[in-house]
Formats: sequence, C-alpha cells, structure tokens
Amino acid sequence: MNTRQQSKLTYSWYGKPFSSDRKLRISHYNGILITSESSKTETCIQLGDFILVEGVNADQPYVAQLMDLYEDGAQHKRAVVQWFCRLEEIPQNKRKLLKREIPAQEVFFDQVLGYDTDIAAETIIKTIMVLPLHLGEELPIITLNKEQTFYVRQSWDGKCFKVLSPDTFSKLKEANKKRGVITSSSKAFTPSDILTPVKKEMESVVRSATKPKNADMEIESKHSTSKSSLAKERHSQRVANNDIKTPTARKKLELNSPTRSKAKLLGCEVLGLLDDDCDAMAPLEPSAPKRKVKFTGEILGSPPKIPCSNAKSKPTCETAEHRQRSSDTIRLSPYTKVKDFCEKDRNLDEEDDILLSLVGYQKPSSQMPVLTPRSRRTCAQKTSALIAEQISMLDQEDFSSDSDSSYCSSSEEEEEDDDDDVPCTPEKKPKSSKIFSTPKSSRKSAVHTPAKTPKKTPLQGTPRTPRTPRNATPEIPRRVQAAQEPASVLEEARLRLHVSAIPESLPCREEEFQDIYNFVESKLIDGTGGCMYISGVPGTGKTATVHEVIRCLQQAAENEELPPFQFVEINGMKLTDPHQAYVQILEFLTGQKVTATHAAVLLAKLFSTPGPKRKTTVLIVDELDLLWTRKQNVMYNLFDWPTQKHSKLIILAIANTMDLPERIMMNRVASRLGLTRMSFQPYTYKQLQQIVSSRLKGVKAFEEDAVQLVSRKVAALSGDARRCLDICRRATEICELARQKRAPEIVRMAHVTEAIDEMFSSPYVNAIRNASLHEQIFLKAILAEFRRAGVEEATVQQIYHHYVALCRVEGLQSPTVSEIMAICSRLGACRLLLVEASNKYLHMRVRLNLSQDDVMYALREE
Amino acid sequence: LLNHVLKDLREMEQVRENLLENPFLSGLLQTNDKVALKEITRQLQLENVVGDKVFGSFAENLAFLLEALRKGDRTSSCPILFVLDEFDLFVHHKNQTLLYNLFDISQSAQTPVTVIGLTCRQDILELLEKRVKSRFSHRQIYLMNSFDFKQYIKIFKEQLSLPAEFPDESFAQKWNNNVQHLSEDKTVQDVLQNLFHHTKDLRSLHLLLVSAVTVHHPLLTAADLQEASRQHSTDSKANIVHGLSVLEICLIIAMKHLNEVYDGEPFNFQMVYNEFQKFIQRKAHSMYNFEKPVVMKAFEHLLQLELVQPLERPSARAQREFLLMKLLLDSSQIMDALQVYPNCPTDVKQWAASSLSWL
Repeated sequence: MNTRQQSKLTYSWYGKPFSSDRKLRISHYNGILITSESSKTETCIQLGDFILVEGVNADQPYVAQLMDLYEDGAQHKRAVVQWFCRLEEIPQNKRKLLKREIPAQEVFFDQVLGYDTDIAAETIIKTIMVLPLHLGEELPIITLNKEQTFYVRQSWDGKCFKVLSPDTFSKLKEANKKRGVITSSSKAFTPSDILTPVKKEMESVVRSATKPKNADMEIESKHSTSKSSLAKERHSQRVANNDIKTPTARKKLELNSPTRSKAKLLGCEVLGLLDDDCDAMAPLEPSAPKRKVKFTGEILGSPPKIPCSNAKSKPTCETAEHRQRSSDTIRLSPYTKVKDFCEKDRNLDEEDDILLSLVGYQKPSSQMPVLTPRSRRTCAQKTSALIAEQISMLDQEDFSSDSDSSYCSSSEEEEEDDDDDVPCTPEKKPKSSKIFSTPKSSRKSAVHTPAKTPKKTPLQGTPRTPRTPRNATPEIPRRVQAAQEPASVLEEARLRLHVSAIPESLPCREEEFQDIYNFVESKLIDGTGGCMYISGVPGTGKTATVHEVIRCLQQAAENEELPPFQFVEINGMKLTDPHQAYVQILEFLTGQKVTATHAAVLLAKLFSTPGPKRKTTVLIVDELDLLWTRKQNVMYNLFDWPTQKHSKLIILAIANTMDLPERIMMNRVASRLGLTRMSFQPYTYKQLQQIVSSRLKGVKAFEEDAVQLVSRKVAALSGDARRCLDICRRATEICELARQKRAPEIVRMAHVTEAIDEMFSSPYVNAIRNASLHEQIFLKAILAEFRRAGVEEATVQQIYHHYVALCRVEGLQSPTVSEIMAICSRLGACRLLLVEASNKYLHMRVRLNLSQDDVMYALREE
Repeated sequence: LLNHVLKDLREMEQVRENLLENPFLSGLLQTNDKVALKEITRQLQLENVVGDKVFGSFAENLAFLLEALRKGDRTSSCPILFVLDEFDLFVHHKNQTLLYNLFDISQSAQTPVTVIGLTCRQDILELLEKRVKSRFSHRQIYLMNSFDFKQYIKIFKEQLSLPAEFPDESFAQKWNNNVQHLSEDKTVQDVLQNLFHHTKDLRSLHLLLVSAVTVHHPLLTAADLQEASRQHSTDSKANIVHGLSVLEICLIIAMKHLNEVYDGEPFNFQMVYNEFQKFIQRKAHSMYNFEKPVVMKAFEHLLQLELVQPLERPSARAQREFLLMKLLLDSSQIMDALQVYPNCPTDVKQWAASSLSWL
C-alpha cells in the first residue's frame, strides 16, 4: 500500500495559509496535498486527520493525528502531530499492565513526553482511521481495510495506561466526524471549487445518457452518509460531489476497458472467472462497465463506481474504507426496495447515534441474511464449497489472540450466513441482468471474506502455531530441587566470591565510572551521538563498570532526570560472524529478523534519517576486536553512525588492547572512533584486597593477611579480578576440606598458599616425575644430545644413539626403535616435547617444550 | 579411564539433584562450533522446543542457545554439566567462541553451568585466548600414573581376576588361582617390570594381556606373556628387513655405507648403484651382477616399503635416478637384522661390517 516506495511523491500545500507569522516567517496551512507522479493521483490531508508516518520499521509506520501544518523559514514543510503508539512500541515489561489481549489494530493515545512531535511533512504516508472506543467496548468487526483502521481505548504516558479522558475522547470523535467531510472532498480528487468546467460538462453528458443515475446517486450517497455519520446538512454537498465524481470515473473506466465491457457477453463464465479473481480491486473494475451497459434502466448500478474511483486514486484510507461500506450497500441494495433500505438505514443511523460509524458496519452485515437472499446457483455452490473448506481449516486452528478469534468468528458467521442463504434463495428475480449483478456484488463481498481469511490466516494464524515455539523463549528445564542455601560461613563467603555475584558497588572503579557516566549523560542530554573506546586487560571490570553505568542511567531515566534511551548490547564473542552484529542490533531495536546485509541497509537508513519518535540509543560493543573484518566495514559503519546528524547513537566500545585503533583499524575507521579513550589499568594489590573484602563484608571467613597475600600474588601476575576471586573460592574449599579433621572456621594463610600453588604451579615437573623409567631416560638422552650439538633441536636418530648408551649405563635392556618412537609420541602428546609429524620416522625433529633446567631439576630429584 | 570416575560421581549426584543434564562433547566428533552447538541442543533435549523447525544458520543457533542459557538463574533452573572431551581440539575452533560463551555463562548469573574439559595436553592453558583464559576458573586436576611397581603388579592381578559374579564359578576359581600364581612367577614379573619401565600406561598392559586364550588353552602361562611381550616390543622396520631379498639387503648396506661416508647426507639412486657396483666388482663372489633396471626395481620396492624416503615429492621432470633419498633405518638396526637374516652370503655380511674390507 505504501505507494511512496513505488512512485515519487510531491507534497504541496492545499489552499492558502490561514495564518502566518511574518516575523518567524512561518505560515500555517489547512491541509497538504500529496501528489503521486506515477499514478497521477492526489490526496489531500487536512488538519485533524489521522495519518501514518514513516517510522523505523517499514511495515509498522507510526500512527498519529495531524495537529498543525506549517512552513518554516527555510521553506521546509513541517507538521505537528499527536502520536499514537502501537503495542510494539510499548516496552515488553509494561505490556503486562494492560492485563488483556491487545488486537493488532489497537493503538494508544500517546502521552509520553520527550517524543518529537514536530516532524517533516514528507514523512507522512497517508491517512487512516482512528476510532475512539470505550474500554469495555467490543472491537467492531472489520471485514475490509483492516490495516487502515485503528482503535483507541486507552492512553499511554510511559508509565501506565489510562482510560481516555472524556475530553480527548470527544476530541477524537470530533476529528473523525470532521474527517468524514474531508473524506468526501478528498475523494473528489480536487477540491470541488477547483473543478474544471470541462469535467462538469462531461459529467452532465454522461448523466443525461444515464437517466436514473441521479436518483441512484442520491440513494447511494445517503447510504454512505448515514453510515459514515455525516452531518445531515452536508448531504446535498455530498451528493453533488458524488455526482461530479462518478461520471468521470465511469467514463474513464469505459475508456480504459473496452475489452472488459465485452465481457458481459460471456456471461456466467466470466463472472466465475472474475469471482475467482477475488482481489478486492480486480472484480470491481470490470463490474462497472458491465453494469453501466446493462442496467441503465435499473436503480442500482452506482455502487461499484466508488471502488472504481478508488482503484484509480491512491488508495487512501477513507476511500478504501468507503469502498467497504459501499460493498455492504451493494449487498443490500439489489433486493430491497431502495427506499426501504434507505429508511432502514436511517433508522439505524438514528439508533446508533453515538457509535454510528462503527456499528454502521455491523448492522448491515448482521441484517444481511434477512435482506439478501442469494439467487445464483453455480457461484453460490462454489462459495459454499470454498467456505466449507475454510471453516474446516479454521476449525483446526487454534487462535489465541482475541482479535483473531473475533475476526474469524465474524467471518465465519458471515460465511455461515451465506451457507444458510444458499438453499433458500428465492428466485423471484428472473432477470438475468439482475442475477448477474447480484452475484457480482454479493459475491464480491462474500468472496471477499473468504479471500481474506485464507490470506490472512496463513499470515496470522497458521504460522503462529509453528511460530509460537520459535518465539517461545527456550528454557532450561526447571530444577526440581531448590538450590541449597549456604549453610556455613565459608559457603556464604564462597557464594559471594563467585564472579557472577553482583556487588552493590564497584570499588576502585569510581573514577572510571564517573567518566563514562558523564560522557553518556552529556550525550543523552544533548541528544547527539558519540563514541567512547574502553580498553583494559581481562578481568579489570570494564564490562561490569559499563553495565553499572547503564543501570544508573536507566534509573535516572525512570526518575525522569534524563531523557529515556534504548540500550543495546552486542558481544563480539557471541557473534559467529562480524556481520551478524547488524542483525542483532536491528533485532534489539525493532524486533525484525533479517539477513545481515539487509539489516545493515535498514540500520544505515534508520540512523541517517531524522526519526521523529526515536529515542537515543546506547550501544555497547564488547570485544570490539572480533568485529574486525578485512574491509572493516562493520567497524566503519558502527563508528560512522554516531557522527551522523540524526543518529542519536552513543557507542561504548570495549576491547582488551589499548592501541587497538592504531593497530588494526584503518585510518578512516580510527578517526571516526574519535579520541575519547579510557583505559582500565590492572588492579593493584590494594584494590584487589578492597574488592575481596568488600564482597566479604559482614562475613568473617578470611584472615586479613590471607587476602593480602592473594591480592599481591594476583596483582603481580595479571591484576585479574576474576583470578583473584577464584583463588579465594578455592581457598575456602580447601579450608572446608581441612576443617573436617580439625575445626578452623577461617581461611588462613596455609589454605591460600595451597590454592595459589594449585593454580600457578607448572604441571610439567610433576608430569616428568611420574613418567616411566624409559621416558625419563629418553628425556635424559635428549638433554645429552642438546648439550653435544649445542642446538635445542635433534632428530630421533641422534637421540637414539645417546639413548642406547644411557641404557647400557643403567644396565637395562636397550629398547628397539619402535619402542623409542612410541615413547617419543607419548611425550609429544603430553606436550612435554614438541615433535614433528611422525611420518619422518627417524629423522623426526624433537624439541623440548620446557626449559632444560626444568627437566634437569625434575630428573635430579629421583 | 578418568571419565569413568567422573561418571560415577555424576550418577551419585543425579540422585541428589534430580535433574542434572550433561551434554558430552568430544573434540574428535564435534569438529567445529556449529556441530557442537547442534549436539548440545540435541543433548539438552531442546529440540522439542525448536520443534520441526529446520535448524537455521549458525548465528541463529548460537543466539538460540545463549538465550536458552541466559533465561535461567541460580535458583530456578537445574545445573548443567558440560563435559568436553579432547578439550584441546575445541581450542582450535575459530575465535574459541564456544568456550568463551560457556565460561562466560559459568561466570555470570545465568544458568548454573559447569564445564569440564578433558585433555592429555599439559599446556592447554597457553592455548586459550587471554579473555577466555581470564574466564577459566584455573581449576586443574592432573592425573598421573604415579604408582610404583608393586602397585602395578596389583593392578595386573585385579585386571585379570574374574569378578565374583562370574557365572561359571569353578572356572573362575581356577582362573583366579592361576592369576595369583602368575603374579608371583619370576619371569612374568620380569616381563611386567620391563613393560613398566617403558610405560606406565595401563592400556599397553591391556594390550599385553589380550593374548591367545582359547577353549583349548584356557589358562594363561608365563610363556604366553613372554611371547606377547616379545611381540609387543619387536622392531617393525627390522622385521621388514627380514623379508627382503639379498639384492635389496645389498642396496640397504650400500646406503648405510653412504650414510657413514657422508654423515647422514641424502643420496640418490645413482650413488647407491655405484656403491653396489664397487662391491660387486671387487669383492663379491657369490653375487650375480644385476642389470641396472633390475636394481632400480629393487630400489623402488624399498621405496614402497618406506625404508627409504624421498626428500621432496617426486616430480615428473626430475629423473628418478637422481631423486634425493634418505634411509629410514639406523645402522644398528641393519646389523641386528643381518644377524638373524637366514642364508645371508658371508661376503655380504663382511661387506656390511666394513665398507673398507675389500681394500
């Protein structure tokens, strides 16, 4: 429907500015005219209209009401809007507040502050319907134009949902009513006052040719007026409008489709064909000429013309909707006396004064069985078969959401009605022309629903069943037994020392925390973008600090100290391919799942175009170096977006190496990254000590000296906090083991030393000591050979000679070459030796994987 | 071997913890992260969640699994124990993505996860990337065969003895008695000592013990073990030499001399042939002077037996006579083989002993 993608649109003001501010050079307008060049259609949108505005997601344009239109000093067309938000735009956790199922067509009156209500007029796509409803009210049945109509029940102010205040309710209603008028005028393509005399002439000619058209017209218009709840005094104008329009439309059609008009000769078959061809538009177009030729003497004939005109015009919301109404009318009109129908409709009109437009749909359709006995045979049978098929299909499906079920049931009802009707078709109208026309029209509506149901249900219903598992978050089965509560002080300490345990505060990183916080905060307040690069060796709390910052910012945003923002995190390690980053970011932002290349395009568009309703996005890129690609386009894009004017993107990049930008990035990437750098120094022993003791606050499990020892050891080695915590945890375990014999409730130096030894000691010496005798001799032979040659590499053959000699000294039977090879490969597997591929046999080169001194030391002990 | 211990432990825990899943991955089977991920999903029985959905891209899989694991927390979901056999092979996966993620989960407040890696490499930690290493808990257990010979004998006995629940009781008794007897036998102890000196690996002991026990020969004897040990320790290349023709032996001897003269430098066929010619002309009485093509054929046979190895790939351009070769036998091996070679002409033996003997 989005014609914008297919054709170039031009936007121009409709009418003269009704007020203008000379000083500010702002002029306000009543409406805007959207002209599509390719299809030569124009749409007029006026103040108070409900419109769709281009959004992040092409499938989900924003819904808004046009409040003001003006042209600013720089000749930019601007629009002020009142937003409505879709369910998708509401945070997941808040949706629960609704406590009910929300149909896809429901929107919320948006009262969230901070959204930009001033948008460029070019982002307006088209007009739609937004109907206010009371909370308890049922959603009206929609058969047509489901995408064009939205409903409002509640308002949303960012925290909670409220019932629409009567004030807004009435305002919305008012807007709807007013829009009805606009509808009629906009339907006339050009405002009536600009109407060309030529057209009028033409129309009059046509009118004269078709005598009863006028009456027909009037009735028709009455239908639509009664249904669309027009003010009574507008009637005449409306009629005039319709008069003006219909002939032209018809004329055009006639001209356009001479072949089609021949189709009448083919009679039923063609109809069947057309019926099968159940696109809403397709059957309508040919129907008009047919009718025209055939039923000049008949009263009906008018209904299809509106659809025709619609087919021509840009399918704006109202007109499309109108088409739906007219289709209802079509269904009704043939059998009842037109006047009767009018009266009936009037009655309806009066009955439902308040909910007019909505119930307008329902009433005719519900009365339809009474009013419309069907008369065709073949078509009816066909439909019934089709319907039966669909019903069986529908029955199989399980619909979870309300909207679906109600929608389905309604269509089913209708279909069933059709079924019921078929047997009792009174064939009192023998005129073939009539019969043709009725199947045509009723068929149209009947077919329409089936056509829609199968089309819709596969879209919404059927895939839902397989999709549910896909969307369902995969879950590890629940554990049956509850996790044990920490029983002793040591266990408690261990729990707290686990890396995953989140401390209340991050000690020793206050400065870095403040820096990052200030950076992000300032960018948030300014609404600009920026990059920050954070580096540091593993285990220095980079990610933890950044997360803490985000947490604080989110808190601040919730307290409305800061503008709200979105938070997205990607981790280079958790991506299989750097380009997957796009996919993940896009999924976080919009929930779409697309391929990497497509995601890149979408994101680029998203960040480069001014989005009216977009929040600032804070993006954390962890393990940045893994996003490196040969062309570096991923990193380039990532850092290019924040520099764009409208991006509102803040990037915090985290990596290990301090000079990553200089080392692996190309100049253009590095320059975009900017100079905001921060490096996390490895923890000093004092800081580590502080971290451990802060975690152990309140639990007396460690000796002060023990903690200090651990901290010093780790700080000297790497400054990795994770390592430090691991050692402490291990120490508690050792302590616990030891406690079973004696009872020291506290981790002492001895335990810590043991833990450290366990973690840092080299396994090689131990491995050598436990090797078999011949393996040890082999190692000795290697040493001897190395000493002889002065090179730290030897072939097995050379070693073998030494080996045999050593065996003689030891008084052992000298082994065969095969055995030597076996020994050699065993040592190689343990990586005590580095060996070549074994196909070289004796000439295989051997090297020690540890220093000679270590081997000497290990062997001498024996 | 050590796996069994772990598994036993797990069985016990299973009773206590009710639900404890353990995906078991082997580096030899799961050759890349993609396969490994699929395997994990399968073993975690998450496919029922996935349904019949065709497994999508690798990225999708990873995201799916991470999502799954992220959902849980300490209290609600049951802990998972990952066992990664041949851990060193996982290290070679691209970016070590799998390891990083597993370790990361184990270190953060997500589903409780324990990862156990099994490997024979001592230097596994050096293979881990720094950020992966940082997330590793540095808890290592080294299993060494640190028993002495007495324990070794004991293991030998235990491995051989039939368990009490063996169906044929009288046979079991007889067998066990025999084993007891064996373990005290001096020759058997010698054999075992020898093996023990070579390797402490229990698998080689098993290999030794899998010897000829048939219906007719139900009980192991010391001789059996000795025979097995002999077979176990024979030199495969020397065995091949036993089956060579005299001409081939001569060629090998020629190569050996070349090796001695040129100190291990590679040679080609022409050199070998010249050496052989020298021997034939000056010394040999019992040898027939073979044609060059015949010698060439014999040389190629040696090449096929991989007693000789070319230094570089044979190319079409280079003549085969001048391809550089290396001998894959040690001189001592050749001498040993010659000693036991049946019907070896004496002049060949003399020539083998000294290349200068004809002077």
